[in-house]
Amino acid sequence: MSRARNVALSVVLFIALMSVWEAGVRMFQVPQFILPAPSKVAEALWRGLASGIYVENLYYTLVSTVLGFLLGSALGFGLGTGVAMSRRFEFFLYPYIVMFQSLPKIALAPLIVIWFGLGLSSKIVNAALVAFFPLLVNTIVGLKSADEDRVSLMRSLAASEKQIFWMLRLPNALPFVMAGLDVAMIFALIGAIVGEFVGAKHGLGMLIQSMNFTMDVSGQFSVLLILSVVGLILNRCISFIRKRVLFWDPSEKEKVEA
Amino acid sequence: MSSSVIAVDALTKRYAARTGTVSALEEISFSVGEGEFVAVVGPSGCGKSTLLKILAGILPASAGEARLRGTAIAGPRKDIGVVFQAPVLFPWRSVLDNVLLPIDVQGLGRDGHRQDAMDLLNLVGLQGFEGRYPWELSGGMQQRVAITRALVHDPALLLMDEPFGALDAMTRELMNVELQRIWMEKKKTVLFITHSIPEAVFLADRVLVMTPRPGKILEDVRVQSARPRSLDIMNTPEFGDHVRRIRVHFNVKGGIDA
Repeated sequence: MSRARNVALSVVLFIALMSVWEAGVRMFQVPQFILPAPSKVAEALWRGLASGIYVENLYYTLVSTVLGFLLGSALGFGLGTGVAMSRRFEFFLYPYIVMFQSLPKIALAPLIVIWFGLGLSSKIVNAALVAFFPLLVNTIVGLKSADEDRVSLMRSLAASEKQIFWMLRLPNALPFVMAGLDVAMIFALIGAIVGEFVGAKHGLGMLIQSMNFTMDVSGQFSVLLILSVVGLILNRCISFIRKRVLFWDPSEKEKVEA
Repeated sequence: MSSSVIAVDALTKRYAARTGTVSALEEISFSVGEGEFVAVVGPSGCGKSTLLKILAGILPASAGEARLRGTAIAGPRKDIGVVFQAPVLFPWRSVLDNVLLPIDVQGLGRDGHRQDAMDLLNLVGLQGFEGRYPWELSGGMQQRVAITRALVHDPALLLMDEPFGALDAMTRELMNVELQRIWMEKKKTVLFITHSIPEAVFLADRVLVMTPRPGKILEDVRVQSARPRSLDIMNTPEFGDHVRRIRVHFNVKGGIDA
């Protein structure tokens, strides 16, 4: 099957799906606060975008997601490096990390709002908290997975531990780190939204929450639509970086060829 | 002996195991002269890889000593090149960058060695491949890169640990002829470990025959065929005599794959 034909087919499928949905809602007279028709969702989306409300709140959500992602993954990477490279570090710190990891981080959101207030900082902390663990775990595994033969080769060249880290362990860990970043990005978005649910003055999460109070279900659908597009774009950004960084990774090449 | 590159004197290596101490090497003594090609042949587990690791300075000896150009080997050294059974290339480095790894590790300065690396790549038949990546090369070509890398910092000694063991039989024969050509060109001292008797006899000036438990050298066989040797010498009675003479040691003790 050709590419153009596939695209045409998926467009037709989408239109058919929307038509069935629209017709179903009209035919069975489903109340709008249960399931709005696609036309109503589109209407709400247009209204929200035109008034600037969506854009403004999207800005807040995006800022807390990206900053939380950067903060959380930087900390996760740093601490993961410490745990992987230092036995003492691992011995004293790892029990706490394991304990903390089994805790659903989302459950901390109310506390974090108390500690950091209703503004951006509590959302950033929340996003950072959930973005932290994928990076931590993947960094540890990645740094520890350096091939024994390669380590022997470096040692036979009289390489220092520092050189082995920078020339071998770190590049070797990159596929793991990038996989961690992939997960952390989406986690950060979840963290930010949950933070906004719990208590916020701005943000798409706050918007969903307030629409819920006014039974504006078509509005909520339209925000969900925006959120899924945002998630997709953020994910694509990471994929783009990963393909550049990991041009040499066999699993990456398979994906490109497929 | 002042002209010897390697002087091994009563070298012993014992491991602690569940069943008591295992003696991998028991008072091994031999020397290798300047520019000599010495093969060590023996079945798996005879301690030949242990010997190589001690000479490479990545494994300490239990007793005895090994000297390289008069100084005792006490740790990794910068004047040894090692080729392992696997090519052990770094996939994130291009062919040229892989070859220059010892230069980077030992801080010798890339500018002064880039031309040497290119000349060596020419010598091993990889001209035009310097910008490629390891995964783009066949197994034989990858091992050529590994040999180039082991030679690039102009080491006093080239240690080779079953370098062609992972190649198919045809490529292996070709690589034997190639290695002989490279060796005659560079006039390096080589210690070549293998479990193939014909390979050892074809390549070496001297074949050290090792047996396991405890790892000992049973015989030091001198091969005096003229060089360059072609693969045809494998069909001569003289070659057959050497092979038979070495094989006898293993048939008595029980089997070797060659």
